[in-house]
Amino acid sequence: MIRLDHVSKSYEVGKPALEDVTIHIDPGEFVFVVGDSGSGKSTLIRLLLKELEPTKGKIYINGQDLKKVTHKKIPMYRRNVGVVFQNFRLLPDRNVYENIAFAMKVVESSNREIKKRVPTMLSLVGLAAKYKSRPSQLSGGEQQRVAIARALVNEPKIILADEPTGNLDSDNTWEIMRLLEEINRRGTTVVVVTHNMEIVRAMNKRVITIKKGVVVSDVGGDDYED
Amino acid sequence: MKISTHLYNIGQGIKNIWRNKLFSLASIATMTACIFLFGIFYSLGTNFQTMLKEAEEGVAVTCFFDKGISQERIDEIGGEIKKRPEVASYNFVSAEQAWENYKEVYFEGHPEAAESFREDNPLADSANYEIYLSDVSMQSTLVSYLEGLDGVRKVNKSEVAAKTLTDINSAITIVSMAIVIILLFVSVFLISNTVMVGISVRREEIAIMKLIGAKDAFVRAPFVVEGIAIGLIGSIIPLVLLFFIYEKVVAYAASEFNFLSSMVSFIPVKTIFNTLVPISLILGVGIGWVGSRLTLHKHLRV
Repeated sequence: MIRLDHVSKSYEVGKPALEDVTIHIDPGEFVFVVGDSGSGKSTLIRLLLKELEPTKGKIYINGQDLKKVTHKKIPMYRRNVGVVFQNFRLLPDRNVYENIAFAMKVVESSNREIKKRVPTMLSLVGLAAKYKSRPSQLSGGEQQRVAIARALVNEPKIILADEPTGNLDSDNTWEIMRLLEEINRRGTTVVVVTHNMEIVRAMNKRVITIKKGVVVSDVGGDDYED
Repeated sequence: MKISTHLYNIGQGIKNIWRNKLFSLASIATMTACIFLFGIFYSLGTNFQTMLKEAEEGVAVTCFFDKGISQERIDEIGGEIKKRPEVASYNFVSAEQAWENYKEVYFEGHPEAAESFREDNPLADSANYEIYLSDVSMQSTLVSYLEGLDGVRKVNKSEVAAKTLTDINSAITIVSMAIVIILLFVSVFLISNTVMVGISVRREEIAIMKLIGAKDAFVRAPFVVEGIAIGLIGSIIPLVLLFFIYEKVVAYAASEFNFLSSMVSFIPVKTIFNTLVPISLILGVGIGWVGSRLTLHKHLRV
């Protein structure tokens, strides 16, 4: 599903952001990627989204070599990868329903499909009653649930969540993690980048630790130690 | 793209104009000014061209023949003249006709004076071809050609009239072209700027669209719609204004300056607009399209 073979990424100045990273993630897995700020976690997400090109090594997603995904084919590739951000990145001038529908509009779904699918997503994330609210009228947790619904609405095989609980209080953090777990249970591969060790310990999932651009450990939940 | 996607993008493009009111208004105003001035120059130019054409038709070259030339040779010369591309029309004026014309002009009211010549036509050697040109600037070419023909004694021409008309025509064309080209650049620049502001206002939305999997065409479409809509609005407004102003000006000129109507005739507004409307709309849409595409190419690498 996700395979990184000896991937390195260097920017113009300074040390490489990622160095010789090899990771294999199977379909349907739930994986945490942890590490301090500047460890290379975000670079990893951007590589998986094909926002960046690796300096060395190869990345395969669903068996597809990302190097062979041309500029023109990037949109089709990204439709298989849902993404959730720390700061939600919702459109402030549109309500909850429109924010989710927007993701379907962008991939040119029909109005009929949109009308059918968006309410299902709203129910899944528990926001059916608030479909008319603007993002500014929602709590952080609710906003992140909208963002998750938006990432899921096009039924991607993979969800990448970059610090999804970074801006949330403890209650909302658990709500979001439970939601991601539920999504994973339904078959979607979930990769969560975080530095919240409390949830990593509690969730008991596979944990990949990156330090200064290098994978220093890759263990199952039971074996993970800070 | 699906029809619903096209409609969505058109809606987004219109919304962009609304969200970005101030810049859109500035662009529409400049476009309006550009097309308005273009319309004025076009109307003036077309009217002048028509007047020029009428004036050109009045400028004739007269070709006289050698003494004792046969009618057969005169007919041959007529045939040669007919073949020339710069000739619009020509007619043969016999010596008798030339004398009749002369009498009408110079002996008006004194037929007895003319009668004293009786059978002795003073213009006996004045049979000629009166040649009217399709393009007055070609006069000297035709004159040289005629002077080289066997049997031609003399060619009368109107050098000053031809030159003046040609000069005025080129001056109007050059000035109007220059102004319109400058305004075209200004309009493209302003529309391009408006679209650029739209892009920066929607930078976050564009970034999200790209991450979700929007195709390049989908991201660009609303901005292209915005540019084209600005161009379209900016060409419809001046066309409406010009329509009413042109009618009023022509009516005013006809009523206030009666003497003008004997000298010039204005082209009807409908005739002018038959050409002006499609040109202006194509210009407006074209400027909008070029302006937005330029910015998208530069600032929206998706």
